[in-house]
Amino acid sequence: MMRLPLFRYEAPRSIEAAARILAAEGPQAMLLAGGTDLLPNMKRRQQTPAVVVGLRQVAGFSAFGTTGKPANGDGVITLGAGMTLTQIGRDPRLATWAPALWEAAMQIATPHLRNTATLGGNLCLDTRCNYYDQNYEWRKAIDFCMKKDGKTCWVATSSPRCLAVSSTDTAPALIALGAQVRLVSSAGERRITLADLYNNDGMQYLTRRPDEILTEVSVEVRAGWKSTYWKLRRRGSFDFPVLSVAAAARFEGSGKNARVAEARIVLGSVASRPLIATDAAASLAGKALDDATIAAAATLAANIAKPMDNTDFVLGWRKRVTADFVTYALRHLRGDDQRPVRERFTHHGLLAIGVKA
Amino acid sequence: MSERPHNVIGVPRRRVDARAKVTGQTRFADDIALPRMLYCKLLRSPHPHARIVRIDTARAAAHPGVHLVLTGKDLPIEYGILPVSQDEQALCVDKVRFVGDPIAAVIAREELIAFEALDLIDVEYEPLATIADPSDALQDGLDRIHEYGEEGNVHKRVAFAFGDTEEGFAAADHIFEDTFFYEGNTHLPIEQHASIAAVDPDGKVCIWSSTQTPHYLHRALAKVLEMSPAHIRVIATPNGGGFGGKSDPFNHEIVVAKAALVLGRPVKICLNREEVFYCHRGRHPVLMQFKTGVKKDGTITAMHLKTLIDGGAYGSYGVASTFYTGALQTVTYKVPQYRFEGCRVFTNKPPCGPKRGHGTVQPRFGQEIQLDKIAERLAIDPAELRLRIVESPNAVTANYMRLGTIGLAECVRRVVARSQWAEKFRKLPEGRGVGIACSAYLSGAGLPIYWNAMPHSGVQIKLDRGGGVTVFCGATEIGQGSDDVLVACVAEVLGIEPFDIRAVTGDTDLTPVDLGSYSSRVTLMMGNAAIQAAERARELLADAVAAHLEVPKGRLVFAARRVFDSEDPDRGITFREAVCLAEAKFGTLGTVGSYTPPRSPALYKGGGVGPSPTYSYSAAVVEVEVDPSTGWIVVPRVWIAHDIGRALNPTLVRGQVEGGVYMGLGEALMEAQVFRRLPAKLSNALVHKNPSMLEYKSPTALDMPEVFTDLIEDPDPRGPFGAKEVGQGPLLPIMPAVANAVYDAIGVRIDEVPITPEKIVKALEAKKAGRPARYGPAGFPTVQWPEALRVPPPWEGGDGHAVNDPPRPRSDKKVKVIHT
Amino acid sequence: MTIPNESKKSAHITFQLNGETTEASFAPYKTLLEVLREDLALTGTKHGCELGECGACAVLVDGEPVLSCLVLGLECEGREVLTVEGMAEATDLHPLQTAFADLGGAQCGYCTPAFLLTAKALLDRNPNPSRDEIRDALSGALCRCTGYLQIFDAVESAIVAIAAPGGNGSTPGGRR
Repeated sequence: MMRLPLFRYEAPRSIEAAARILAAEGPQAMLLAGGTDLLPNMKRRQQTPAVVVGLRQVAGFSAFGTTGKPANGDGVITLGAGMTLTQIGRDPRLATWAPALWEAAMQIATPHLRNTATLGGNLCLDTRCNYYDQNYEWRKAIDFCMKKDGKTCWVATSSPRCLAVSSTDTAPALIALGAQVRLVSSAGERRITLADLYNNDGMQYLTRRPDEILTEVSVEVRAGWKSTYWKLRRRGSFDFPVLSVAAAARFEGSGKNARVAEARIVLGSVASRPLIATDAAASLAGKALDDATIAAAATLAANIAKPMDNTDFVLGWRKRVTADFVTYALRHLRGDDQRPVRERFTHHGLLAIGVKA
Repeated sequence: MSERPHNVIGVPRRRVDARAKVTGQTRFADDIALPRMLYCKLLRSPHPHARIVRIDTARAAAHPGVHLVLTGKDLPIEYGILPVSQDEQALCVDKVRFVGDPIAAVIAREELIAFEALDLIDVEYEPLATIADPSDALQDGLDRIHEYGEEGNVHKRVAFAFGDTEEGFAAADHIFEDTFFYEGNTHLPIEQHASIAAVDPDGKVCIWSSTQTPHYLHRALAKVLEMSPAHIRVIATPNGGGFGGKSDPFNHEIVVAKAALVLGRPVKICLNREEVFYCHRGRHPVLMQFKTGVKKDGTITAMHLKTLIDGGAYGSYGVASTFYTGALQTVTYKVPQYRFEGCRVFTNKPPCGPKRGHGTVQPRFGQEIQLDKIAERLAIDPAELRLRIVESPNAVTANYMRLGTIGLAECVRRVVARSQWAEKFRKLPEGRGVGIACSAYLSGAGLPIYWNAMPHSGVQIKLDRGGGVTVFCGATEIGQGSDDVLVACVAEVLGIEPFDIRAVTGDTDLTPVDLGSYSSRVTLMMGNAAIQAAERARELLADAVAAHLEVPKGRLVFAARRVFDSEDPDRGITFREAVCLAEAKFGTLGTVGSYTPPRSPALYKGGGVGPSPTYSYSAAVVEVEVDPSTGWIVVPRVWIAHDIGRALNPTLVRGQVEGGVYMGLGEALMEAQVFRRLPAKLSNALVHKNPSMLEYKSPTALDMPEVFTDLIEDPDPRGPFGAKEVGQGPLLPIMPAVANAVYDAIGVRIDEVPITPEKIVKALEAKKAGRPARYGPAGFPTVQWPEALRVPPPWEGGDGHAVNDPPRPRSDKKVKVIHT
Repeated sequence: MTIPNESKKSAHITFQLNGETTEASFAPYKTLLEVLREDLALTGTKHGCELGECGACAVLVDGEPVLSCLVLGLECEGREVLTVEGMAEATDLHPLQTAFADLGGAQCGYCTPAFLLTAKALLDRNPNPSRDEIRDALSGALCRCTGYLQIFDAVESAIVAIAAPGGNGSTPGGRR
């Protein structure tokens, strides 16, 4: 049986107390929320914190709050970082107010893992790589890699930086929704856009400092916006994304006169951070989502995808189907019934939990 | 005794071990914990191929909590499942042959300590050339992985000519030549291999292990530990899935037995998932070339098959696997002239071996796709083509396989009807398609793994005065329901309920030998042995009851826990009373039964692989949906019919069929045991690409299609109550049926597994560019084949022998030649 | 990396295990899986990877299926844990257990406890799920034997048995 290494366990009851522990212990302390990312990494000896700071008992860490009137398309929702993905998925309000987030959460891992995995944990998910997410003994056989204990990035041996892949589902969705996050340390707190939380570097993939705790995510809910999340993985459950597309758009007018006023398109799992497809999104502005417009945007978005040979599936194919997935997402926003496509890629999994066109 | 309708056989029924399984009380190997137990971990090679220069275990041995460190010198004797390939050592002595090959063992108070102390063992290696694949292995002059075998890194080459295929090709209207590749994959039982060994109070050693073959483990332990088998007890715990992956004697089993003997304390090991991938013994990657001649009406005139087999680092079952890649091409369809050449090579990867369908899965894939191509070219419906050429019952084939009943035609008709084949084939819209394929499989291997004249399965029955019956057999419960078959056969014969019977199985001290749960042999062989033992017991009871009731023995019926007169059912006694009468008359009651397969007509050297008492047959129709833009493939429905002979417990039979379909879909669509070679300039490393449950993709509940199962029951007189195998056969048609369905859907041939979206897109691009609309291997490399053994088929006056002398084994090291 | 000597059973928790208040002492690095199997001798909970990749170790914590290999024993203080050993009432099997036993839901039986507990959590929350909802709920555990279909059938049969008057869980076609 795989065993955890030894560690000291702390269970603070407030964010302030947790922040004090981080400040005192420095980078040798790591946060444990749901544990579905950290504990496997510890068992594989990818991460070996001397101190594990359990956040389960932190008061209010999994609270869900609203300000204003999100139901009327004018408000803000606040999600505690300790909310489990199941909590998000079982909340029908979120399916309406933040569809991209809701769809992303419901497609993560498995029902069992979603029962413990948290939103904050998914946003801070360690970057993944087939050369890195391996047991200690396996990594020894390749003389380790740049991300842990070694020198070389075996994905591209001349690469000066680690090419591990951002594999979070919720981050692309929430970036598309324009989310902000709150980071708390013993020195104070700051709010940044979620997009600014990430670096395109497989090792230093977060701008979060080791002494900071991501405590909550806030999303504005505004009338006229639609959003969606499309995920590619081999199987109907378990697998991390090997490509994802989150798209959000504000429409003006309705029916045949509907025009995109503004849009955001975010690609997941094709770089060390979620990639914001700025040009693709800009190309939609002021236009109706006709097939030609969608095709042009899909091509622009696919151009920036940089999949590497360190996940499931062949990288060239992953790049190729990026345009297909952007197309599905935009057609969905246009109002097409995309359920048959969704069924094909999710193996019917989402129908059971009520995903609508 | 009169023939009566069956009371137990054929009735859908809760299996005898179900209650233990649904209450979590089944004790798997890792569930056993003994007082003073220690934990073992193995240090494994980080090099694919290297000489061991030096091992220093001093720091590890001195670490607090560590009780013992073993290295290769403690267990130097070679072993292996086949007598012809005794090429493994429990811990490597001179060299390591793949990343994961074990070289030392640490036994400690806690598993965590044992694991961490592995890092305290200092090993100096001298790296050797990495032999990554068959093309490396076929090169001259590279470092040899083993010092035995044909030459270089060629482990085994075989060649047979059953009749003159050139004559057959000359008589053909069309000749088809196709090359296929079948990627390796692994069993992935959810239970990781575990073993625990302890020294008995009387000083003997006992090992509980998740093994499918306790008898063979028993022999290997006796050899390596240099102990009398009488002083070693092997208990096969119920396996948490096997599928062939727990059929070899394993290094970890030998290590814990040795450690227990040294320390006098129980020692347990449970492999982690990565280590299970290193045990492997799974599906060989096989490159195949089929050349087949046919008449205009589809009649096959001749077939020539070549296989190139990537064996990995050790022999395992590989010699048998090599023969198996050519053994069963003839048992489904009439093939009057048949030539087969097979070559297995060593590479620096975990050893391949037997996985569900052992060695026959890969060529079945090629053969059934080629038939689809033939049908299209001849403008014959592929289902109709198969019906035209299906073999005859009780035939002896060109390679001297003697067949039993054949329900294949009925299987084909059934899946064609249920799937509405005629309305779908070549008629569904672009992107949707159906494909059909067939298969056959052994109901037990005709020969044991080591040459002997003893039975393959033995059963003992003990009758208790209280009316209870205990039945003993060495068979191993791996989830397939062997305990249930054993109990059902005895219950049926004795007219009692399965719940009245206790089964004691898989224990070399307590149970007569059964060779193990492999080659789909258990139901047929153990079942026949059980029936014989039970009938002998029934005879004893009938003698006593006939005298007591003054009824002729022939009129007695055993049913409903009674023995009674068929002409006057009220005239009878309880089963319990009958036992007491018989015990009073004959003394203590116990009977035995055994089974030995009939002698095969295949008398040529190498003819020991393939013969079986009888064969099961399957046909499947698979429906697919393929997205032409992304190549994404989905299987929504599968129809399968399986010729089972007789379903002893239809609930379990259906489970085996659907489980086979499931595993077949995994192999068809996603499963692959594949490796990464790091850039040769920078590293020798050759590592398993995805040794985890997450990245080795096996289908989830959401990936499983609807399956419509039909059982074709035409009792085979060779099987117990007419039963044939079901554990392996139904997997075989799935992969080629998927490939054929992809062609029906979008017009491209994917001539290899797994059939992935990437390959479909590549084939579509090739089609668009005017190249052949396929994805698959380009050709077959040159192999120096030995002179073929020429065996004239029965219809050319052959007697099952070769007309030319068998070539002498060239290896000097392993001269003991065994037909396996 | 520091290499441990013998670790002490210095962690102590009190929790509800299969309906009983239970105390456990264990080495603090242990997950709930290890505590159950090694420190409390409840080996009905299985393991196939210990990394959250197979689902075999599922138990119910506070009524929801979670993977016991990814829950620290230390974090179970005061919580309610149900394992397969706690499903039957004395010798009366839970209707799901009956249905799995009768209808081929268990072959090798190794993943069975995880499927049973997961199905129980589903039916406790939704007494009448559709087949698609069953598939979805069970998609967090792998089975290599059955191809899942007899497992789905067993859950559907248990739904009927539970809903039947008396709800004693006897399923048609099953004999001991």
